Amino acid sequence: MKKVAIISFPSKGTAGETGTWRVKKPVIERQKCVKCMICWLFCPEGTILRKEDDFVEIDYRYCKGCGVCANECPTKAITMVEE
Amino acid sequence: MPYKTLKDLSLKEYFGPGHRLCQGCGAGIIARLVTKVAGDNTIIVNATGCVEVATTFYPDTAWGLPYIHVAFENSAAVASGVRAAYNSMVRKGIVDKNPNVIVLAGDGGTADIGLQSLSGALERGDHILYICYDNEAYMNTGIQRSSATPYGAWTTTSPPGKLSPGQKTGKKDLVGIAVAHGVKYAATATVAYLLDAANKIEKALNTPGATFMHFLSPCTPGWRIDTANSIKVSRLAVQTALWPLYEVVDGQYITTVKVPKRLPVTEYLKLQGRFRHLINKPEEVAKIQAYADKLAEKFGYGPIST
Repeated sequence: MKKVAIISFPSKGTAGETGTWRVKKPVIERQKCVKCMICWLFCPEGTILRKEDDFVEIDYRYCKGCGVCANECPTKAITMVEE
Repeated sequence: MPYKTLKDLSLKEYFGPGHRLCQGCGAGIIARLVTKVAGDNTIIVNATGCVEVATTFYPDTAWGLPYIHVAFENSAAVASGVRAAYNSMVRKGIVDKNPNVIVLAGDGGTADIGLQSLSGALERGDHILYICYDNEAYMNTGIQRSSATPYGAWTTTSPPGKLSPGQKTGKKDLVGIAVAHGVKYAATATVAYLLDAANKIEKALNTPGATFMHFLSPCTPGWRIDTANSIKVSRLAVQTALWPLYEVVDGQYITTVKVPKRLPVTEYLKLQGRFRHLINKPEEVAKIQAYADKLAEKFGYGPIST
């Protein structure tokens, strides 16, 4: 097949680092986490990273701070704190 | 293989973070879930709307998959064309695998502007999956009413007042329209019940012929809700029977999420600023409750308990 010039840059950061939109930031308490993966799937942004051992980590470069993860966490392991 | 737990879903992200969708947007969750279930071998056809505007800002794109943007009115027709081209290329041996072709369009692009091309694609039975993410108005252009706006909702073109309850007509039954075309599979879904939605997407992709899915997608600025409440509101929509979750297989309606004790619609309405004017109008709330009762009876939901 003929090669075509790359004209777009896929995936991360279409709008730059959207972490600057954030007013409150989600913080995970490791002891309370039961690895249910609800926050990982409900994050509209996809900034909650699922690690190999099923622990989650938040990518603060892109997290917009909507608070969905803190609201949906069944064990309240995520709290929203002021930046 | 049906998904039993959330951990069965793919770790790979095809929809990158850092896009321009609002905080707490339901469409972002839908886009992530759809691409996770569909996997590598997928082509996304996206009608104009919030998702298109927010994710494909030249020269960047949030999509890690082949993506084509088309106008409001021809998304289903373009998807049919993509499918026809791949059928031909597979026959000639140029490519070996036929990809999934998925259309992602908003309620304006489906219920209003794109209805004719959707009807054509459903009638021809091209093997595509059409997903309508329904945020119940034209949110991208500034919250104008569409034919999917529910009764009583405030929008900029259906303002409530002394003589008006807000939106005067009810929601268009898109799944009913799809079923009338004789599609093999049609379903409703929402972002609060993602496992249910993931199984429906997989079923739809594996059903030959045209399939249709109607997703309720909460819109935080348009529905006037708190950004953290978007999942909660869509869950309440199911629990109040205003958005029953069901699938239609060969014309047979099957309820997938059963609600033995449903909640009164006021629980759903009071969280949203677009229904704020209805608080002191019990007769309008009664009309919405009657609509929910009708749906509850149809889909076998339980009686109201407070």
